[in-house]
Amino acid sequence: MYNAKAVVAGIIIFVVLCTSPFWAGRTGQDYKKTGIVPPGDEKNCVENVTFMRAQHMRLLNEWRDEALRKENRTYIAADGKKWIISLQNTCLKCHSNYKDFCQKCHVANSVDPYCWTCHIIPGENK
Amino acid sequence: MNNSRRSFLKAAGLSVCALSGGIADVAGFPAAARAGIAPGRYGKGENALRAKRWAMVIDTRKFCGPQDYEPLVEACRAAHNVPHIKGPQEIKWFWTDSYEHGFPDDMNEHLNKNVRESAYPLLCNHCGSPPCARVCPTQATYQMEDGIVAMDYHRCIGCRFCMAACPYGARSFNFKDPRKFLPDPVPNPAFPTRMIGVVEKCTFCAERLAAGQMPACVEASQGRILFGDLEDPDSTARQALAAGYSIRRKPSLGTRPGVYYLI
Repeated sequence: MYNAKAVVAGIIIFVVLCTSPFWAGRTGQDYKKTGIVPPGDEKNCVENVTFMRAQHMRLLNEWRDEALRKENRTYIAADGKKWIISLQNTCLKCHSNYKDFCQKCHVANSVDPYCWTCHIIPGENK
Repeated sequence: MNNSRRSFLKAAGLSVCALSGGIADVAGFPAAARAGIAPGRYGKGENALRAKRWAMVIDTRKFCGPQDYEPLVEACRAAHNVPHIKGPQEIKWFWTDSYEHGFPDDMNEHLNKNVRESAYPLLCNHCGSPPCARVCPTQATYQMEDGIVAMDYHRCIGCRFCMAACPYGARSFNFKDPRKFLPDPVPNPAFPTRMIGVVEKCTFCAERLAAGQMPACVEASQGRILFGDLEDPDSTARQALAAGYSIRRKPSLGTRPGVYYLI
């Protein structure tokens, strides 16, 4: 191979650069360390924590379609508990600390949902 | 040579069959997954008021002028955080106008003075064949099972086709951020506001019906507006229609309005 030293060094630099996000991720903070403050002493949300953490946005979309289009405004959870489907009046009743719950996690994960252009954040009036 | 071609074609045919079957499986899978993410079930509230076709009957004989409708307009504004904006960018859910504007296809020149000069409350007619729902490109406006023409503001892209399609002027576009025109705190913190760039309109108070309450304007009218099931002959609305003479706005357009005026 011609210029073997330069070529091998180049390949190594290329591979390191391409995989750098993964190395950076290793040293960075864990998902669990977003610093969110869950409300009260509750162990579960409407469903268990793992489900809510991964799927709350899809659940909210499903709730919206069921409530607005089919007028099914009650959700009977897997554990049999009944919930009124409403972001503003059900979810935000417990999750009343917007800054330490919703916002912290959304900022940590670089997502920018626009729920609050219409729905009213508790304590902020509008 | 022929033999190998034959075996090649056999193998190729079988692979195509196997592959297309595999694709069908893959294509079928997300559809099943999309059916619902939630492990729970959905249902209607215990107190929810139900009907096959909600309709409103307004007894205009019991109102003496636009000032009589003012508390109703305000009740609607307060219940839904509808902002006060003056001029052509006004947001209208429940408003009043003259007979001439409300019922322009009435050809009777010699209608009695009382009927001709009264003010009439106008709102979304929750049509049986709603033109707004037909033209909406995103299905943000739709007709529900109980006849209410509802809106999902999340899906509205602000194209305003529905405003062009609605023959009653019952839809308003948010040219500006409506929150700037609302007091702080908003009149009803339990109800959302809208955002700039979406169309909005009267919802027949679907959220109140779901909680077992009558619409805000019906409640504020103290019995002068009746609300009930058009398909049920015993409902108050149907009985009022049977007892008096009623008109609807622009019936010749075939939209089958759900708001009736007793005159």
